[in-house]
Formats: sequence, structure tokens, C-alpha cells
Amino acid sequence: MATLEMNPAAAGDTGSTRRMTLNMGPQHPSTHGVLRVVLELDGETILKATPDIGFLHTGIEKQCEVRTYQQVVPLTDRVDYLANLSNNLCYCLAVEKLLGLEIPPRAQWVRVMLTEITRINSHLVWLGTHALDIGAMTVFFYCFREREKILRLFEMFSGQRLMTSYFRVGGLALDAPRGGFQAVRRFIDEFPSNVDEYENLLNANPIWQMRTQGVGPMPVDDMIDWGITGPMLRAAGFPWDIRKTEPYSSYEKFQFEVPVETGNDVWSRYRVRMRELRESAKIVVQALDGLPEGPITADAPKVVLPDREKMKTQMEALIYHFKIVTEGFSVPAGEIYQAVEAPRGELAYYVVSNGTGKPHRLHMRTPSFGNLQGLGPLLDGRLIADSIAAMGSMDFVLGDCDR
Amino acid sequence: MIPDELKSHPAIAAVLAQVPDAIEEAGIALGEKTVVVKASRILDVCRVLRAQGFNRLSSVTAVDWHPTEPRFEVVYHLQALPVSDRSPQVDRLRIKARLHGEEAEIDSATAVWRGAEWYEREVFDLFGIVFRNHPNLTRIMMPADWQGHPLRKDFPVHGHKYDYATES
Repeated sequence: MATLEMNPAAAGDTGSTRRMTLNMGPQHPSTHGVLRVVLELDGETILKATPDIGFLHTGIEKQCEVRTYQQVVPLTDRVDYLANLSNNLCYCLAVEKLLGLEIPPRAQWVRVMLTEITRINSHLVWLGTHALDIGAMTVFFYCFREREKILRLFEMFSGQRLMTSYFRVGGLALDAPRGGFQAVRRFIDEFPSNVDEYENLLNANPIWQMRTQGVGPMPVDDMIDWGITGPMLRAAGFPWDIRKTEPYSSYEKFQFEVPVETGNDVWSRYRVRMRELRESAKIVVQALDGLPEGPITADAPKVVLPDREKMKTQMEALIYHFKIVTEGFSVPAGEIYQAVEAPRGELAYYVVSNGTGKPHRLHMRTPSFGNLQGLGPLLDGRLIADSIAAMGSMDFVLGDCDR
Repeated sequence: MIPDELKSHPAIAAVLAQVPDAIEEAGIALGEKTVVVKASRILDVCRVLRAQGFNRLSSVTAVDWHPTEPRFEVVYHLQALPVSDRSPQVDRLRIKARLHGEEAEIDSATAVWRGAEWYEREVFDLFGIVFRNHPNLTRIMMPADWQGHPLRKDFPVHGHKYDYATES
């Protein structure tokens, strides 16, 4: 952070070959957070773009090392505040693998349902702000109308709109509230027609087409080399989705397609995400239709907090409750690298346990960090006006990047 | 000691053939393959693995085992992601190199995967491990004038700002 010096005088500044260094951010509206990009310009052409990150570094990885495994869950949704449940899920899956826990189907189905709603939420915020950057203001209001409904659903299920912490190691924090699934059903039945509305506003819009088509291409090999994942790769024709290639939380039991476009530009990334909205809606409907009955937590009394009723009538339950709350549960020594498909790409948690009740090391491989690394090569040689569209198509969250 | 299942893996067999003295130990735990290599041979191993199809570096990070020595483990998570494949079959591999606290230096993998650049900067910033031949080894998360490396185990969680008399 803050290691880049601006020296406008370094380049020749005479006549038509004059070069200029422009500091974009850290408080620039199109960077959606605190990203600084130092642009070296020749007229309106970007010769070199250097992203500078770290303004939102909060030391979450260090914090995790002094918390018990269950206490880490609320930190994980503060990493990427638009994909809170994806982070909860990734962390819980990692620790559950270390513990060797079997998660009951009902909990897995609810997890899939809510992470897909999270994907819809994240893509809606992306679409609204990305379109706003390019100049289409109306879409923003439509997207946030639906986002508000999603946040109300999160509040129904978890009691929180943003920092849900609804998935816990061993299952879910609570069972669904009364009327919760009906509310999800009402939202998701209506949602495809909302996507039609967004597409009506944008698909045939000549300004939108001109600002996005053919803008910001990058070869697939370069993207993989720089660490770019997710919709960026799928918009370049590479059909890699972790939900399909390394299924987790019963994703293999759901029918959905991986949207792929071949344009490799801002337009294709828009198309991929719009189609992902519809696919996610399909998965939510399947999860609602096939929702199994049964428990919502694993049968692991040393890990999962006991039922209140049991706690008041059974001594073992009371003892386990006391142990879990005061010192947490210990996790067998070992390490795990759990990857999930977050809305922005590959999200992976690397958890190292030394056999105690607190993680020895917890590393988050976040999609925004990998994606932003490719921002420089993506912008080099492009026009400064296109940089806004190209940056927006990357869909990064700085909290996710800096952790 | 290398289990047979790993010896027969084409990429690891290639490493054994081309860099015979590199692998210190290897194993499979929880379905994940881990190979510990000599820190001095990390670049050779990375080159062989890249040629064997591990075209993607998912992340580079480190683990501090202070106060035991060798203190640091630099951990690379690799992935084979065949670009020409319409339904890609992925394969993951974890590479580790152990480093002593006094000489926490290792060759940079940026020559093999350009994406290693920021990950190695992060490890340098937060652990103080130096990557030789890195194109731009500067702090990435912490301010440029920051003292110390926060993710080291001997760096207090509260930082050095407050000295609590009772802190254990």
C-alpha cells in the first residue's frame, strides 16, 4: 500500500508526446471502495496501469488465529460483504472436512439455496453499479429494488441483513423461520421477470452496446496465468465452474448449466452474469422443491451447540454446552484447502489446525485479489474511458481483496 | 517417504525423474496431495510442474511455526486446468518449502506463473519472507513505513500500540 510514487515530471513533457501520470482513486466512484490505480497516460491512451491495494486491510487472517473455530464464522462474512454466505459456506466446509462431519441433507439444501440467493444479490449490486458507471442510471434502481427483497430474506433467516453468519460449523445456526421458505418462493417465482426488465433496459440499448462490445479483451491463458477466475474466464469461453468440477454441499444433485460466452469483452461478462442470475434462480427453485426433512445440524455433540430443551433436561448436553461456549471444540491436526465458486470466482480457505481449539493459520484465497492482479495487463494500451467499463466488468470488492 | 499412489502421478513422477533430490516428503491427507520440497530447488520443481500441466497457481501463502525450526512453511496451491478441454477435469497439488527463521529467503515463482507476484508480495509483507528475483518486492497490504510483519506468531495481535501489562 502507498508505495507508488507519482512523478509527472519523469516523462518527456513537450509537444504531442507529452506523458502524464494520473492518480485514479483511492476515492474514485468507479473503483467501488478504496482502490488506487496509477495510470500513465499518453493523451487518452493508458500506457501502464498499476493498481495499488491494501487500504482496507483489516488483518482478518491474524484475528482468526486468536478466535475459536466457531467465533471465526462472523469474521468470514466481513471479508466479502456482498458474498457473505459464500464465505460462511467455504469456511464451514473446510472445518467440517477437518472434523470429518457429515452434514444432514436439509442443511445442505438450505445452504445451496441461500448461497445462490447470495450470488443473485452480488450480481445485482454488480449490475446496478456497473451500469451506473457507464451511465445507465435506471437499472440501478431496479436492481436495488430486488436486492432489498433479498436482504429482507436474509434478515428473516439469520436476523441480519448483511453480516448473516447463518452457516455454522456442523450445520445451520437456526432452522428456517415460519413462512421463510414461502417468502423465498414468492421472491424467486417473480425474479425471472425482473431479469427480463433489466435486459429490456440494456440489451438493445445502443449506448450500452457501444460502451461494452469489444471492450477489455484478454487471452484466456493470460487470465489463468494472472490468477483471474470466475465469470471473467467463462466470458472468454472457458467453462470452468467449481460447482461442476469439484462439487461441494450436494451441488452435484442440482441441474443447472454453466453459462459460457465467447466474446471475451465487457458485453460477454454482462451476458454471463445475466444468465447466471437465471441459473441461480433455477437452483433455488430446485432446492425449495426438493427440500428434505430432517435435522439441520450434524450429529456431533462435541461440536454443535445442544438444543435448549435438551440442555435443561440432560446433564451431558449441559456439559457440552459449557465446554463449547467456554473453550470451543478442538479440531484434529491437519490442513485443508477448500475452494468454492463465489460470485466473483474461486474462493478458497486454507485452514491449518494444530489440534487445538483455534486455527493455527487461516488463509483466504479471495477472488478479488486474484482478479485485481490482472487489472494492469487488462488496462494497458486501452482508452481511459474504457477503463471504467473494463474495471466494472471485473466485479471486485475491495474488502474481499484486502481482507 | 513417498506413497506409491503419488509416485505414479505423472507430474510427481516427472519431478522425481528430473529433479531427483528435490522432494523431502509427500503424502495424501483428506484427499489432498502434498509434496514438501527443498527450498533451494523450488524453482526447478515449479518449472517441471508447470510443464506437466499445472498451469494455474491458485495461491501462495505461508505458515509460521514459531518457535520451532524450520520456522516457516511457504505453501503453493497449484491447479491443473486444461484450457482446451470443454469440460475441464481439475487436479490440485500443494507444494511446501520449509525455511529457517534467520534465512527466510526463497526463489520467486514469478518466472513460472506471473500471478505469483502479488501473493509473494503479501507473504513478504505479512511474514517477512524474501523472494529472490521478484520484480517488485514491496509491501502490499501494510503501509510502506510499517515496522514488523503482522502474521508472524511473535507479532502481538493488538500490535505494538498498546502494551497491556496482563497480556499473555
